[in-house]
Amino acid sequence: MNANVTAMPSDHEPESDIHEQRALGFWLYLMGDAVIFGLLFMTYGIMVGNTAGGPSGKTLFSLNNAALETVLLLVSSTTFGFASLASKAGSRSAVLSWLLLTFVLGAGFVFLEIREFSGMIGAGAGPDRSGFLSAFFTLVGTHGTHVSVGLIWILIMSGQVLFKGLTVPVVSRLFRLGLFWHFLDIAWVGIFSVVYLPGLL
Amino acid sequence: MERHGLLSYLVGFVLAVVLSAIPFYLVATHALPPSRIMYVIAAAAVLQILVHLRFFLHLNFTTTPKENLLAIAFTAVLLFLMVGGSLWIIVDLHSRMAL
Amino acid sequence: MFGKLTIEALPLYSAIAATGALVTVGGGFIVFVVVTWLKAWKYLWTEWLTSVDHKRIGVMYIVLALIMLMRGFVDAIMMRAQQAMALNNGGYLPPEHFDQIFSSHGTIMIIFMAMPFMTGLMNIAVPLQIGTRDVAFPFLNSLSLWLTSAGAALVMVSLVIGKFSTAGWTGYPPYSGIEANPGVGVDYWIWALLISGVGSTLSGINFIVTILKRRAPGMGLMRMTPFTWTALCASVLMAFAFPALTVACGLLALDRLLGMHFFTNELGGNMMNYPNLFWIWGHPEVYILILPAFGVFSEVVSTFSRKRLFGYESLVYATAAIAILSFTVWLHHFFTMGSSANVNAFFGVTTMIIAVPTGVKVFNWLLTMYRGRITFHPSMLWTVGFIVTFVIGGMTGVLLAMPPADFLMHNTTFLVAHFHNMIIPGVLFGYLAGYMYWFPKAFGFKMNEPWGTAAFWFWMIGFYLAFMPLYVLGFMGMPRRMEQYNDPTWQPWLIAASMGAVLILIGIACLVIQLAVSIRDRRKLVDVTGDPYDGRTLEWATSSPPPPYNFAVLPEVRDREPLVDMKERGVVYQPPRAYEDIEIPKNSAAGVVLGGLAFVLGFAMVWQIWWLVILCGVAMWVTLVLRASDDESEFILSAAEVERIEVARYRALRNQNGRRR
Repeated sequence: MNANVTAMPSDHEPESDIHEQRALGFWLYLMGDAVIFGLLFMTYGIMVGNTAGGPSGKTLFSLNNAALETVLLLVSSTTFGFASLASKAGSRSAVLSWLLLTFVLGAGFVFLEIREFSGMIGAGAGPDRSGFLSAFFTLVGTHGTHVSVGLIWILIMSGQVLFKGLTVPVVSRLFRLGLFWHFLDIAWVGIFSVVYLPGLL
Repeated sequence: MERHGLLSYLVGFVLAVVLSAIPFYLVATHALPPSRIMYVIAAAAVLQILVHLRFFLHLNFTTTPKENLLAIAFTAVLLFLMVGGSLWIIVDLHSRMAL
Repeated sequence: MFGKLTIEALPLYSAIAATGALVTVGGGFIVFVVVTWLKAWKYLWTEWLTSVDHKRIGVMYIVLALIMLMRGFVDAIMMRAQQAMALNNGGYLPPEHFDQIFSSHGTIMIIFMAMPFMTGLMNIAVPLQIGTRDVAFPFLNSLSLWLTSAGAALVMVSLVIGKFSTAGWTGYPPYSGIEANPGVGVDYWIWALLISGVGSTLSGINFIVTILKRRAPGMGLMRMTPFTWTALCASVLMAFAFPALTVACGLLALDRLLGMHFFTNELGGNMMNYPNLFWIWGHPEVYILILPAFGVFSEVVSTFSRKRLFGYESLVYATAAIAILSFTVWLHHFFTMGSSANVNAFFGVTTMIIAVPTGVKVFNWLLTMYRGRITFHPSMLWTVGFIVTFVIGGMTGVLLAMPPADFLMHNTTFLVAHFHNMIIPGVLFGYLAGYMYWFPKAFGFKMNEPWGTAAFWFWMIGFYLAFMPLYVLGFMGMPRRMEQYNDPTWQPWLIAASMGAVLILIGIACLVIQLAVSIRDRRKLVDVTGDPYDGRTLEWATSSPPPPYNFAVLPEVRDREPLVDMKERGVVYQPPRAYEDIEIPKNSAAGVVLGGLAFVLGFAMVWQIWWLVILCGVAMWVTLVLRASDDESEFILSAAEVERIEVARYRALRNQNGRRR
């Protein structure tokens, strides 16, 4: 590694430095989350055949449902991107509108997933039925829980934008929420590629 | 700056849609033998993840801080070791011990 | 209403268990009474519990570590006593109790003694060594402390209400699954690990960002102190390895609580995935523990040989290599569990390779001492004791790294001797050295040296007497974790081992006495200049203890040993031309509140008191959101106030006949 000099001419810590430190810290948390997801993917991979005489993905998964969820999440990623642009442009109302749209799309995703899960459980294919189902519910459910947390965070940030305006700390938090939200879409790409599509093949 | 940003999200969106549609379509229609489709799914996934990293997360070699790039590279190496190593171990155990 | 919790949870079934509970409750009660009698609650709350200052947090971590050292050692001496007497008889501990003791011993010593000790030393030293005011995320720092404490509290409360796990510190299913182990013990273990694990992950992230982004001007990466380098690598391991523990314990919890089948025997479980996941974390964990200890040794050996550290670059590369390689060896913890020769061979080779960089470091330390002017401060004694003893443990490790050899010795006392031979001289001696080394910096007075020396010798001789017999016993075929045995040739060795434990007990007593005597004699032992050893690195440029802001003006670093450089140029202890306002983070109750809620949440999860789980969950969420939305978390210390503090320091320096230039 080369000598990486942090020049700080005055003792007062510039806000940009604080923002960069928080962004790096949050990024590191996301990398740890990636390890968690990676290990859950691995666990799913080794347990996908452990159906214990119960149903497999072929009978349980719905391609249409997965496709719809994919569209909702992908569009929501894009609308969050528009919210990011609006926050850079300093437009409070635009940020709120795009955040709201992102929320609706994300909530739609969570709704579809809860419906899918309860359907499976109702049909006797809950997470306690087999190792395969334990792994499925945990992997996909962990992702869905993250999305739900993201939804709450979007609500909180909407409140902050509304009442505090686009201050430096608020914009900095929106940036980290964006990292989170885009990361979740990446995880979803993994999920439909490892779980749903191969399961329906 | 804003037009540049807008373009990034729109291009990313279109690419992601295409890279999602292809594997979904193949699975829906079974247009190829299953093992081939698996390869396409994998390739499309890797490419789409790169698209997300580039066009939504704006990861690049000029403006992204070095530490963040190092972190994601290190994570990739670790995932390879952990996931790859685990798969090797468990598959090996399965063949030897029927576990 | 109270889930599974009933009056039967009290340990009235055994005199020993009841005594343990009484001591725990009694100890807590005494602390409560003393603090109340001293009318110190407000002081404790405002100066310590709600502090987000890394220097205070570091001290609190070490207080936790030392208390847990004593608790974990009680477990140890109980086991040694049991094994010394239990030839063809049941000893004094029934099997279930003995099993809880070895489980809590391992869990406490690794997670609640060594980790907090390490994190505490990192907290005290690293920000000062890199010339910054505090860590990157002071509130998260406080949160990490209190989450770790919540985990420790869960382990302690299991002594009073319910039982602890009997599944070892590793908790392998199916034994740890709900069918074989329906009681609360394993749950206590799971939640203690999950909660404190979050704290450790956050600490890792905190120190990575601090070290990468907050160094003083001029301090490039290759000018950092060796302790900071090891802290950085350990932090990387913390941030990236702990997620694996979260998965391992989390999936086990899902099996136990929601009837899932990750690790069950039937319905599609895969039991081998648990050791796989656990050790993906577990191996990096031991490197998390040892690397900062290596860092301490590097600092101590250089300071007390009065010589520049030999081979700095090779030390840095060795540390980085160890960190990365630590993710490639984990299967060596389960060589015997059925993998093919190729798999075992691969991991055996990586395990042997990882010994090499440590060897490099040993040579660097020896060559630093060579032709140095050595003073045997207790920290130096711990260091030399480490070098001699750790190497033996390392060699037994390379022996165990060969799968065919490991097949004979896995899970024997040979293994137990090996890892204690790494952790005690390596981790513990290192942290005790760091504790005695940086104590003056934290408190403003030195430690009594004779008692420190005595502590070292009792620990050193006690360690050899306690653990060398275990190598012999391992070769004789004695398995680990044995509550009783029928081979009379084992007993003499076990009696010798218990004598060793008694010597270590005296060593611990010496540590306690050393602390008491140092406090009693603190005016005589005062550290006026802040530089009691003619130090070489930045932390010794500050007063002891440093002011809240550490440095009134951030130092400009021009050398790998900044203080040596500043002393040679005659610029050390120079008042600045002007003072500026300094922003200081305010105290926050959120950390300790969240820790307390986490403890109650963990307790409620263990006893399945669902309404309490939900209540705590919501309360934690609300506290976190309120804290995260706070935009006024800092206050300004005026330039005038800074000047006042600094002027007083320079006056004290002038009054001291000393090395001021």
